[in-house]
Amino acid sequence: MELIWLIPALPVAGFVLLAALGRRIGEPRAGAIATLAVAGSFVASVAIVFTLAQEPEGSRQITQTLWTWIPADSFQVSFGLLADELSLMMCLFITGVGALIHVYSIGYMKGDPEYARFFTYLNLFVASMLLLVLGDNLILTFLGWEGVGACSYLLISFWFTEPANATAGKKAFVTNRIGDFGYMLGTFLVFVTFGTIDFLQIDAAAPGVSSGTATVIALLFFLAATGKSAQLPLFVWLPDAMAGPTPVSALIHAATMVTSGVFLLTRLSPILEAAGWANDLIAWVGAVTALLAAGAAVAQNDIKKVLAYSTVSQLGFMFIAIGSQNYVGALFHMITHAFFKALLFLGAGAVIYSMAHEQDMRRYGQLRRYLPVTFATMFIGWLAISGIPPFSGFWSKDEILAGSFQVKPAGQLLWVVGIIAAVLTAFYMTRLMIMTFAGGTEKWRTAAPESLPEAPTGSDDHADGAAADHPAPAHGAHDDHHLTPDHTPREPSALMLGPLVVLAAFAAVAGLLNLPFADQLHFLDHWVEPVLEGQSGLPPAAVQWVLALVSIAGASFGVLFSWRVYQRHRVDPAKIEQPVFAHAWYIDDSYAEVVGGPGEAAFQGVADFDHNVVDGAVRGVGGVTVRAGEITRRLQTGFVRSYAFGIGAGALAVVVFAVVRMSL
Amino acid sequence: MFTFGDSWYLVLAAIIFAIGAVGLIVRRNPLVMFMCVELMLNAVNLTFVAFGNLLNDVGGQTVVFFVLVVAAAEVVVGLAIIVAIMRRRADANADDLSLLRG
Repeated sequence: MELIWLIPALPVAGFVLLAALGRRIGEPRAGAIATLAVAGSFVASVAIVFTLAQEPEGSRQITQTLWTWIPADSFQVSFGLLADELSLMMCLFITGVGALIHVYSIGYMKGDPEYARFFTYLNLFVASMLLLVLGDNLILTFLGWEGVGACSYLLISFWFTEPANATAGKKAFVTNRIGDFGYMLGTFLVFVTFGTIDFLQIDAAAPGVSSGTATVIALLFFLAATGKSAQLPLFVWLPDAMAGPTPVSALIHAATMVTSGVFLLTRLSPILEAAGWANDLIAWVGAVTALLAAGAAVAQNDIKKVLAYSTVSQLGFMFIAIGSQNYVGALFHMITHAFFKALLFLGAGAVIYSMAHEQDMRRYGQLRRYLPVTFATMFIGWLAISGIPPFSGFWSKDEILAGSFQVKPAGQLLWVVGIIAAVLTAFYMTRLMIMTFAGGTEKWRTAAPESLPEAPTGSDDHADGAAADHPAPAHGAHDDHHLTPDHTPREPSALMLGPLVVLAAFAAVAGLLNLPFADQLHFLDHWVEPVLEGQSGLPPAAVQWVLALVSIAGASFGVLFSWRVYQRHRVDPAKIEQPVFAHAWYIDDSYAEVVGGPGEAAFQGVADFDHNVVDGAVRGVGGVTVRAGEITRRLQTGFVRSYAFGIGAGALAVVVFAVVRMSL
Repeated sequence: MFTFGDSWYLVLAAIIFAIGAVGLIVRRNPLVMFMCVELMLNAVNLTFVAFGNLLNDVGGQTVVFFVLVVAAAEVVVGLAIIVAIMRRRADANADDLSLLRG
C-alpha cells in the first residue's frame, strides 16, 4: 500500500489550490473542491483499512518514509507515515466527520465575503490533523500538532473584525502554547532516554525504561494533552473558541484538535504503562474536569457554550479512561463523541442560522415545530450524549465508567465522580433541548433584546450569510443580524440537513463498534489491541451489569429532573443556575485576575530586569567604548607640527631608553 | 695650532639638527618647515661624514649619497604638494590643513 501519503496529501493539495486561486475559483466551487479533497482522503483511508484488515492480526502496520526531513548526524528525522490500526481509525473519523462538516459549511458559509479563505483554512486544519495522527515520529506529529494550533487560531478568529473573536483566537493559541512546551520537553526527554523519537522504536524500548523517567515523560505529554484536549488547568480556551463559525466549533470539538491529546497518550501507552502514579493523576484530572465542566454547562445560556463545556466534560471522561489504562474505552468514547458532538454542534448551527444568528437559548422556544428535521436529529444526539441505551454514548461512557471502577486506589470514588458528571450531562442536555425546542414562541416574539442581561462572555456568531435566507439584500441589511418579533425560523437547506441526518444515524448505532455482551462483539477492542500496551480489563460481567443499571438510572434521573425544572416548572431554575456555575467556577476569571495582576507585575519585573540589567550591560560596554573614544580622539589634532613633535618625542624616548639600558 | 677635532663636527651637526627640529615644530609656513627638514637631513649627513672620518670607514660617506638621493626625491614630492596647496589658498599655513583632526 503505497497510497498512505494520499491521505494527508489530498487536503494539502486542496489547501494549496485554494490558497493560490481561492478568490478566483469563487463561491460554490471553492467549497466543493475542499469537500472533495477531504472526501477523497476518506475514500483512501477506507481503502487502506480494508487492505489492512485482510492482513493477519499483528502485521497490520505499514510505515512509509517519504523523505528524510532533518538529517543531522545521529539525529535523523524522517518524513514518514505510520499507518496502523490506531492511526487509520483516527483517519477514518477525521476525514469522515470532516467531510460532512465541509458539506455543511458550504451551506452555512453561503454569502460570506471570505468564503474561499474559510475553506482554505478548513482543508489545512484537516491536513494538519492527519499529519498529527499519521506521523511516525514525535517531531512530525509535532508539526501536525502545531499546524492544528495555528489553524484553530485562524478559524476561531475567522471574523476577526470583532475584537472579541480576535481575542478568543489569541487565547486559544497562547493557552495551547503552554501545553506545547510540555510536548517539546517531553520530546527532548524521550530522545535523551531512548536515543530515538520514532514511535515504533520508543514502543519497543519502553519496557526497559525506569519508572521515574517514564513518569516524568508521561506527565510532560499529559501537560501537552491538557492544552489541546482542554483539560484542567488549560481548558479555558475552549469555551471562548465558540467565537468561530459554528462548523469550526464542530470540527474542533468532534473530528480534530481536542482528540489529539487523547490520541497522543494512547500512542505512548507503552510509556504510560511504566509511569506509575502519573496514570492516577491523569484519571483524576479527567474526573475533576468532567465534573467541573458539567457543572458549568448547567448554567450557560449560550447554546454553543453549553456544548463547549459539554465537550470539556466528555474529554474528561476520555482521560478517566486513559488514566485507568482503558485505552479502548477512551478511543470508543472519542469515536462516539465525534459523531454525537459533531451532530449537536451542526444542529446548534442550524438553529442559530435559522434564528438570525441569535445564540441565547432564552430567546428560543417551540422550535421543533419550525425545524422538524433539526429537532429529530438533535433528539438522537441528545439521547446519545445523555447515556440512554441503546444510543452510542451509553456504551462508550459505560465502558469508561466500568473501567474506572476497578482502578486500584480509590477506583470506586472515580466511578462516583464519573456518574455524577454523567447525571449532570443528562440534565444540561435536556435543559438545552427543552429551552430550544419546547416552550412557547413568545420568548423571541415579545422579549426585547434589552430586557435580557448579557451572557457572561457573549461571543457573537454572525455571518453575512444570515441575510441570504431573507428577501432583504445580502449586504448592509443589519436588521437581519437581530431576532425580530415577526421572525419565522426556516429549516436550512439540504446541504446543511444532509450531514445532520448522516451523523444522527452514526450517533445512534456507533455503539455497535464495541458492544460489551460477547467477546466476538468487541470489534474495536480486537482492532486496536496490537497497538496498545498495558490495556487493563473490565470488571466481571455481573459487576458491569450493576454499574450499567446504576448509570442508566442516573441518566434517567438527570433527564427527568431537568424535565421537572424546565418543562413542568416545579423548581425555580435560578436555584440551580447559580452564578458560580455560570462563571465556570470562576476559574477563567481567577486566571485573568492572577495573570492580569501579580502575573503582569512579575512579567513586568522580568522585562525590567532584561531592559535594565541585561540590555544595560550591553549598552554599558558600548557607552564605555564611546566615551574612551571621545577622550582619545583629542590626540588627533590634525596639526602636522604636533605630529612631528610626537615623532620627535618618541624617537627621543627610544634613544633615552636605549642609552639608559646600555649604561646599566 | 688649534685644529677642529671630530667632536666639533658632531656638536655642529647637533646644533643644526636642533635648529631644524625646533623650526619644524614652531613655524607654520610649509615652505619654511620644509627647509627645516632639509636642515635636519643635512645635519645627519654631517654626522655620517664625521664618523666616517673618525672611524676611517668609507661607508659613512657612501650613506650620504643615499640620503641626498632620497632627499632630492622627497623635495620633488614635497614641493609639488606645497605648490598644489598654494594654488588653492592665498596663504600657506600648515595649521589650516587639519582635516585629519579626530
